[in-house]
Amino acid sequence: MRSPLLRSGPLQVALLVVVFLVLCAAIPANENSYLWRLPHLLSGLPEEINKFVKYMMFEWWPIDIYDPDIEEYEASPLIKEVTRAFSTAILFCIDLLREVFVGGVKTIAAVVGWDFARAHPDLVWPALPWTIVAAGAALLGYALKGGWLAAMAAFATLYISIFGQWEPAMETLSLVLIAAPISFTLGLFLGIAAFKSRAVEAALTPLLNVAQTMPHFSYLVPVMVMFGVGDHAGAIATIIFATPPMVRLTILGLKKVPLEVVEAAMMSGCNTQQLMFKVMIPAARRDILIGVNQMIMQCLALAVIASFIGAKGLGFNLLLALNQLRIGQALELGVCIVLIAVTLDKLSLAWANKKTDYFADQSFAMRHKFGLIFGAIFVGGIVLAWIGTFVFGDGINYFYMIPHNKGITTESFWQSGVDWMVENWYQGLQGFNRWLIVSVLVPMKTAFLAMPVAATFVLTMGIGFIVGGLRSMVTVGLFLLFIALTDWWDRALITAYMATFAVIVSVIIGFSIGALCAHNESASKVALLLCDTFQTFPSFVYLIPVIMLFGVTDTSVLIAVIVYATIPATRYTIEGLRSVPPALQDLGLMSGTNWYQRFASIELPLALPHIMLGINQTVIFALFMVIIGAMIGTDDLGQYILKALSDKNGIGNGLMLGLCVAFMGLAVDHLIQTWARKQRAKLGIA
Amino acid sequence: MLKYLYTTLSAASIALALGGAASAQDSAEPIIIPTHNWSSQVVMAYVIGGMFESIGDKVEYVPADSQAVYEAIRNGDVTISHEVWQSTFGASFYNAMAQGGVIDAGNHEAMTLEELGVPHYVVEQNLCPGLPAWEALKDCAAVFATADSDGKGRILEGPQSWHGDLMPDRVAALGLDDKYVVKFAGSADAIWAELESAKKEGRGIITFNWTPNFTDADGFDFIKFPAYSDGCRKADGGDGSCGSPIGWLKKAANYKFPKTHPKAYTIFSKISFSTAQIGQMAALVDIDKMSHEDAAKKWLADNQDVWMTWTK
Repeated sequence: MRSPLLRSGPLQVALLVVVFLVLCAAIPANENSYLWRLPHLLSGLPEEINKFVKYMMFEWWPIDIYDPDIEEYEASPLIKEVTRAFSTAILFCIDLLREVFVGGVKTIAAVVGWDFARAHPDLVWPALPWTIVAAGAALLGYALKGGWLAAMAAFATLYISIFGQWEPAMETLSLVLIAAPISFTLGLFLGIAAFKSRAVEAALTPLLNVAQTMPHFSYLVPVMVMFGVGDHAGAIATIIFATPPMVRLTILGLKKVPLEVVEAAMMSGCNTQQLMFKVMIPAARRDILIGVNQMIMQCLALAVIASFIGAKGLGFNLLLALNQLRIGQALELGVCIVLIAVTLDKLSLAWANKKTDYFADQSFAMRHKFGLIFGAIFVGGIVLAWIGTFVFGDGINYFYMIPHNKGITTESFWQSGVDWMVENWYQGLQGFNRWLIVSVLVPMKTAFLAMPVAATFVLTMGIGFIVGGLRSMVTVGLFLLFIALTDWWDRALITAYMATFAVIVSVIIGFSIGALCAHNESASKVALLLCDTFQTFPSFVYLIPVIMLFGVTDTSVLIAVIVYATIPATRYTIEGLRSVPPALQDLGLMSGTNWYQRFASIELPLALPHIMLGINQTVIFALFMVIIGAMIGTDDLGQYILKALSDKNGIGNGLMLGLCVAFMGLAVDHLIQTWARKQRAKLGIA
Repeated sequence: MLKYLYTTLSAASIALALGGAASAQDSAEPIIIPTHNWSSQVVMAYVIGGMFESIGDKVEYVPADSQAVYEAIRNGDVTISHEVWQSTFGASFYNAMAQGGVIDAGNHEAMTLEELGVPHYVVEQNLCPGLPAWEALKDCAAVFATADSDGKGRILEGPQSWHGDLMPDRVAALGLDDKYVVKFAGSADAIWAELESAKKEGRGIITFNWTPNFTDADGFDFIKFPAYSDGCRKADGGDGSCGSPIGWLKKAANYKFPKTHPKAYTIFSKISFSTAQIGQMAALVDIDKMSHEDAAKKWLADNQDVWMTWTK
């Protein structure tokens, strides 16, 4: 039996910290001591993974394929042929959609063959005039929700067109419009399968965990090797990244469907299909829609990264603009990405919430009102484009398509803003920068690196024990053990130091903003909209001005990380505080509490489990961004992940390094989830 | 074993292509040209694409990471790469070549230099007397100090993936390591951002850079390190106390390219841009602010006498 004293949480933590500090002081820095650093038992693994993938992709089960271009049979491995066939299919869909928007010849060539297409150069699919797409989008918005959504869709399309980003935007949109439905379907069905079978759920959970915490840079090379370079590879990377939240929220939603609803459906004689699709999914709609929101945000968040492996569109143009330091242009492109994300999100939400009126008795014209209007728009747009050929003389028909970068631009305004900022702020910020680096960051980094491995394990496994008992202790220990046995423990410590610093600052900022906004409905809405914006706005855009002000230093990296990691901290704080039942607030009010007492004793404890999940997301976002920070210049795991893009063992190194980051995230994730679950049970909230 | 097989195979295919080039017809399948994130490369992609189109071939452009692209060429997902820089992409290029599937399609006329240097105003304003001779660095570490360099001078090197520990080794071999630290930037963009910021402030900065590049326009002085000789680098067994060699700029292609598009391959192997021409292409975008496609069209129109000799 443990004494009651030892069962008190704070005391246990204090004791643990004391043991940890004693261990840190007692164990000397000696590379040969296993207490200081574990042996690198896994250093051969990346090469083995690499060999295995290469063998599977390039040697295993060769089949003879006739290549008409070189008039020879070539042995091509089975898996490569299968993955490439899959790529071709996805690419065909993307191209088809893309050519509807911007025209082209690839779809036709895919059907009739390139030889025929070359022989008939006039055979080109014409682009839809942008006016039709813009008016169509507005009409769709109106049909689904009404005036506001129509105005928003119109604004987004007009902005994109007038700023001369129509072509890249439609290229990105066509990729997203293929990737998002695949993610949605995949996510929904995996979610349903996991809900129905415990075995599936058990198998899926670790995969989802890893897919959500693995930095995207680490699977770019494997995706490229397996599926090739191009929009299809970009789409596949996007799907891998965007599906997990959809699966998770589907499972969550289905689990929350009340038993009464299911019973009522059974009594009305639903079969399994009807039960799932007509009853349970509609009942679980709220969570599934959050999943759709997150999925769409993730799709657009990957727009820039996907261009590393061949996705055309806004992301690639953004990187190109940044390389020329044209921040204004990059900003405009970033806004396009955000506009597409928000519009798609709102449209899909409106579509899902639209109610069918089964009893309306309408005429043909009424029932097909929107189809007829669109027909009119279509004809009108074409006529307008035709008129345009006479109006504009310089070879550009602005009514048909505003060519890339030929629209209006606010570039010079932003550019002078950045120039002004650098000229006026640089000197002033240097003092702060030096202080932060010398007095805070360097000591913190040194402290992390001075931790003996034994002490790190005692501390983390100890926390695991306090939070979740033996099981959590072992889980956390195994995650860390994997990292400790690779070559990269020191680098992981540096990643951990940066993530820790960023999480602390982000949580303070996010929690403060969240707590201040939560009491006011419109403030909350604005804050959540800002969260959506910053989640999809490519961080690369503000990385450059940050580097100009703070140089290639850890400060720059951390600022970028904090901007991004504050998003979930804010979002979950607002959601958590706003979901406190009003009845409890009233109860507090009646008991004569002041606002502070209500906040500290009623709202906060009730919202804390949800807020902790936000902190969990903050940790994951921070890890993600620390890795992207390698683009600025770091000496942690991220630098090696980026390096894996050109390594000989790139696939193996990338995946292993990615797993190291994922396991760090998962260890924290496990601890917080376990704590939140227990706390919820204690408070009696689901 | 397979590696050598592929290398011989690719050599054989070149021979085959050169032999049969006159009669064979190019495939109608598009030639896939990668675009990376810097101006001259993108303009050159459209310029080369324009040449291929002038003989009736189809061309497609695909964005790709400049390091990872060689793996894609190897697998046939991308057909060519037209700017293989010795120092930055040599490692990736030779890695892919060793595994088979990539062939060397010759060099450009342009010679390149990839070396540490300072913006021209550092020399002009005599911020560090004696530059560009490397010995001058010994006495002005403070000029190049930054917030995180602990009073030492900071040398901003490109990403570690470009050429590993070349610069730290050199700094140590020259005995500069007690006065200078080498910081790896994460990307070229990070270097440009620091350069731009330093220019606005007029402060001293040492960065890795190369020529031909858009920074040539503002003036950039490369530091004169002890001359390069074969085997002087630490990786090659030397002590590492030498500067960079005058480097090559190569063209690479997938091993099937000579067979599938013999005519286009012949053009590609003949293409040889000079430093001035590459500079022109970059300037059309960076200075005249044209779009990359328009810049390529203009270049092709203005320089028909240059490229028509290759496509004949």
